[in-house]
Amino acid sequence: MTEHSAYTPYHPRWHRTRVSTYWWLGRGSYFLFILRELSSLAVAWFVIDLLVLVSAIAKGDAAYQQFLDWSGHPFVLALNIVSFAFVTLHAVTWFNLAPQAMVVKVAGKRVPGALIAGSNYAALAVVSLVILALLLTRW
Amino acid sequence: MGDHITLQVARYRPEKESDIRFEDFELPCPKEWVVLDGLNHIKDRMDGTLSFRWSCRMGICGSCGMLVNGEPKLTCATFLSDYAPGPVRVEPLRNFPVIRDLIVDIGDFMGKLTRIKPWIVRASEKPLSEGEYRQTPEELEDFKQFSMCINCMLCYSACPIYGLDPHFIGPAAIAVAQRYNLDSRDEGAAERMQILSQHDGIWGCTFVGECTKVCPKHVDPAGAIQRYKLQSALEWVKAFVLPRAAQ
Repeated sequence: MTEHSAYTPYHPRWHRTRVSTYWWLGRGSYFLFILRELSSLAVAWFVIDLLVLVSAIAKGDAAYQQFLDWSGHPFVLALNIVSFAFVTLHAVTWFNLAPQAMVVKVAGKRVPGALIAGSNYAALAVVSLVILALLLTRW
Repeated sequence: MGDHITLQVARYRPEKESDIRFEDFELPCPKEWVVLDGLNHIKDRMDGTLSFRWSCRMGICGSCGMLVNGEPKLTCATFLSDYAPGPVRVEPLRNFPVIRDLIVDIGDFMGKLTRIKPWIVRASEKPLSEGEYRQTPEELEDFKQFSMCINCMLCYSACPIYGLDPHFIGPAAIAVAQRYNLDSRDEGAAERMQILSQHDGIWGCTFVGECTKVCPKHVDPAGAIQRYKLQSALEWVKAFVLPRAAQ
């Protein structure tokens, strides 16, 4: 309805501000949002890394050793450290946002948000501990 | 300075300017004055041509939303003394076309609001003789938060997605849709889902979350949108797993 109106003295023209390409640099929260969106690339990278690892194990000891050597390369190591930081950001931000998306009711009462976020963290801790236990019992 | 503060007010006069420019006004700053009081002081005593919207002065009408130092705020609820010693920059809401000075065109939002059918939709009305549609306090509690929306559009101003894609239906419209969906008297959820599950509906949102932060009424539009997404995804899964039951 406003799209086709022409300017007359009684029908003003609108001033439209273009959104800057760098809009996400203007505010801390926008920047954090963009980092969170970018963190999905780190998640994708770890999925690829894991698939390459599984494939290397399937191919035998030599391929596995080659994978380990490649993983120890400073560039890959640096990439993995940065990716780990991003994946941590990804997990923390999404766990913290979970209570907004999930409304869980128990006996007619809404479960408090802290409990929903807390149970996500608890699940992460349990899974991490199980993996740690598996690793420790292997060696 | 002390008891005075400078207001840098955005001016746009389409009949003689092609761009927004700022004008400084030196104002008294009593501790009970809000930004809107400052603007009214300018209009009454200093420059009667300053144009801005306002009505109730008490956070109900949703007319006086503006950017105060870059933050979307209700100017009737933003104290000048919180910004002392100033200066305080007052601009029209971001992401909307400016008509004059601090007044933006709200036509786009109004159109979007009606698209989501913000009223109780019934397949059939029961006869008056059967009395009113009754609701328990728990049923009221389910949607009450979303019914607090005053259509002030601060959330649209805070939403970068709306800024980048004006077709996005936006936070308040979705929160208001949710207000009616969650109302036990309403039967229009499927109709609204038709509209909101389209490309410019809920899936346009990437959960920046700023809409919830700026909302003066604690409506949590970001939460409403994510709940909607969850519901929409569950319905899709249900239709996929049980195609017959979904029909």
